[in-house]
Amino acid sequence: MRRIVFPLLVAVGVAGIIVGGTRGGGEQEATAAGDEVVVYSSRQEHLIRPLFERFTEETGIRVRYVTDNAGPLMARLQSEGRNTQADVFMTVDAGNLWQATERDLLAPVDSEALEQAIPAHLRDPEGRWFGLSVRARTMVYSTERVDPEELGSYADLADDQWQGRLCMRSSQSVYNQSLVAMLIATHGQERAEEIVEGWVANLAASPFSNDTSTMEAVAAGQCDVALVNTYYFGRLQSQDPDVPLAIHWADQDGAGVHVNISGAGVTRHARRPEAAQLLLEWLAGAEAQALYGALNHEYPAREGIEREPLVASWGDFRMDDTNLAEAGRLQTQAVMLMDRAGYR
Amino acid sequence: MSVVAGDVQAGSAGTGLLPFRLRGWRWFALAVAAVVLAPLLVTAVSWLQIDAQIWEHLRATLLGRLVTNTVLLVLGVGTLVLVLGVSLAWLTAVCDFPGRRWFDWALMLPLAVPAYVLAFTFIGIFDYSGPVQSQIRDVFGTSAWFPPIRSTGGVILVMSLVLYPYVYMLARTAFLAQGVGLMEAARLNGLGPWRAFFRVALPMARPAIAAGTALALMEALADFGAVAVFNYDTFTTAIYRVWFGFFSLETAAQLASLLLLFVALAVFAERYSRGRARFYQRSVPGNQLRIRLSGWRGALATGACGLVLAFAFVIPLIQLLWWVAGHSLADFNAQYFGMLGRTVALGAMAAAITVTLALLLAYARRAQPDWLTRRAVGVSTLGYAMPGSVLAVAVMLVFTRVDGWLAGVLNEPGGQWLTGTVIALLLAYSIRFMAVAFNSVDSAFEQVRPSMAEAARSLGAGQGEVIRRVFVPMLRPGLFAGALLVCVDVMKEMPATLLLRPYGWDTLAVRIYEFTSDGEWQRAALPAVTLILVGLLPVILLVRRSVAQRRQLSAQPG
Repeated sequence: MRRIVFPLLVAVGVAGIIVGGTRGGGEQEATAAGDEVVVYSSRQEHLIRPLFERFTEETGIRVRYVTDNAGPLMARLQSEGRNTQADVFMTVDAGNLWQATERDLLAPVDSEALEQAIPAHLRDPEGRWFGLSVRARTMVYSTERVDPEELGSYADLADDQWQGRLCMRSSQSVYNQSLVAMLIATHGQERAEEIVEGWVANLAASPFSNDTSTMEAVAAGQCDVALVNTYYFGRLQSQDPDVPLAIHWADQDGAGVHVNISGAGVTRHARRPEAAQLLLEWLAGAEAQALYGALNHEYPAREGIEREPLVASWGDFRMDDTNLAEAGRLQTQAVMLMDRAGYR
Repeated sequence: MSVVAGDVQAGSAGTGLLPFRLRGWRWFALAVAAVVLAPLLVTAVSWLQIDAQIWEHLRATLLGRLVTNTVLLVLGVGTLVLVLGVSLAWLTAVCDFPGRRWFDWALMLPLAVPAYVLAFTFIGIFDYSGPVQSQIRDVFGTSAWFPPIRSTGGVILVMSLVLYPYVYMLARTAFLAQGVGLMEAARLNGLGPWRAFFRVALPMARPAIAAGTALALMEALADFGAVAVFNYDTFTTAIYRVWFGFFSLETAAQLASLLLLFVALAVFAERYSRGRARFYQRSVPGNQLRIRLSGWRGALATGACGLVLAFAFVIPLIQLLWWVAGHSLADFNAQYFGMLGRTVALGAMAAAITVTLALLLAYARRAQPDWLTRRAVGVSTLGYAMPGSVLAVAVMLVFTRVDGWLAGVLNEPGGQWLTGTVIALLLAYSIRFMAVAFNSVDSAFEQVRPSMAEAARSLGAGQGEVIRRVFVPMLRPGLFAGALLVCVDVMKEMPATLLLRPYGWDTLAVRIYEFTSDGEWQRAALPAVTLILVGLLPVILLVRRSVAQRRQLSAQPG
């Protein structure tokens, strides 16, 4: 039997490449050659695939994509330079989008449709990226142990009354990095550092690796309040409608709830810039925007889109309308601040 | 990382391993080394651009903790994989106790579990909000204490549970090869069983144990998935923090090259301390005289094996299946078969290529054992110590540059001949897992004593005949084992697959990444279980081979 293993490995490999190559998961039926657009995305496959499929149905343009973390994708875009096949770069977090513009990876798009659809603070002033969905990062608290009256702003969580009651996700998370960057933008470096130090002093457990675990710790009683993106809470609530947690909209008397975006831009060396722009405009359209939110309990970036019932049940809130490019610009400073404050 | 100690003496044809010399081998070894070195050099070039501000910040805030953590991790995982791997191997290879025949192979199963999967499964089970602590609180009240799983100890435990099979597998083979004769000789000389173990069996098995531990530690140092789930700061997490937080790929590469330097030094130190000693083992086929453990000692042995297997494999698998049943079955669709096919295909192809290269390298080192060739071979195995994602980016940088150059030469702008092709991905796997294949192949070579080739030669066998009738049969188990190990590793590999795969080439590991990166552990359970089950196939083949090998040994007249 051993004699056949080596040839067998090769045979399986070749067979697999043929099967895998012809049945590629991210590829859809080819239409006319050249009618396609290539996307590098750090937004997950199961969230973008349904949208791309609909886009292909309506326009006949095939979408090919590859997903990875934003960091490696940007390194790839940069290294490929004019040789790249990517027409659209799609990612989560304004910091990543800002970084992409810093490295000159994105080209400005002059589109009235996009400018009308997306509010000014959710897009690059020069049109190099556009927010496509809004994600609010705010407090989720235990309905059993917290009186919502106690809750106020992000800064209030640094107060002594939250000693041993706060749970946070790791500072490795780009969402927390952006949040702290916006704290710097609002309060200034010094005050922001005091706030973060206060959070660290109040932590009930060492920081978690994701928002879901952080909320589960609140539900289990390890702590009373956590800072998370609302769509994670949406997921938890749709799995277990009775989960003893609720949302508090932070900072309503101050700057407003910190929001971040998932967004996209056309790459500097796109070979099909018209198709790329068409994809962005389509994604900012009413139909896609409704679907965008529904897929992941996020908020549409476009105004006037009806919210999904679960999301609507959390009520309205005022969001911080500082331009998100600010979060990108301050991100490095924010990470350094969190390191100094001992926020892991 | 290499099992071979010291140099194989060059010189007259009679004393070398091979009774003939081939000049071309040096160039082959150098070529492979160059392919591996290219991405490592890209990393080294980063030193041309030093961001003093980031370094000063790192020094002031993170460096102390992450060096401490990394050292703790290496010491902890090193100790635990040694203790687990060697003692379990000793029990199943030399002793006899209830359930031994079964544990003999079952203890290798954790090899199929990726560290990042065990990490999130363990936290899912044992963290404050998990089922275990919730039960304890229900019974004993909220003040009941439970050791925190998200801690240094937790990281070490999880890593050791997935990495001990490397030591177990190699130590077990070494113990089996020693045969009972060696222990009998030691006992006849008045050593008790414990002293015979420590004074004879253990030193004899040292090259194998060192090789297994080296593999385990390199993997632990390069790991990102598991430490990220634990939010445990090590060198690797710092690399990512610098890269994603400060957007400085250069500083990240500098940190990575420091890590690599550290690993290279450790490997050379180990080799140096072993000196020029060589351990050619004569596989003395003994009749199955095992040390019989009966009564409480037998129960203890069974209990120890069962405990390790339960925590490393059975309990996590049950938890994953539970999640699958409750949450992620809805994700199952036809896409899964495509993903499964691609995962297996990549594993198989990469295994074939990597083992072929490793075989040629191991041969080159013996055919032409000069300084340059040996160094070239050593360099070829360094890719394993690089954090996967950094290596992936370095490989990608090399490929895109080659593509860019080709596009210029062929005057075909936008052409991509390497980036985003299966070839690029397979090359990246080979660079990353050369050490795994090389270790197996090289230790198989080690079993071929120079006297065998000499004897064949003196009996009139020609060059081809020596290779065909002496080397190939003796090397086949090693090649086979190497191929299976690479296959399992490739299927578990994540960062290079993510960055270098062609469009649509999603594998199971890619799907796991998509879900875990967003904290959806329950939904990641389905691809994770599938990956473990697929990974079991090569592991079981590996086990069958080694069991068959032993039967073969013991069937021969002593």
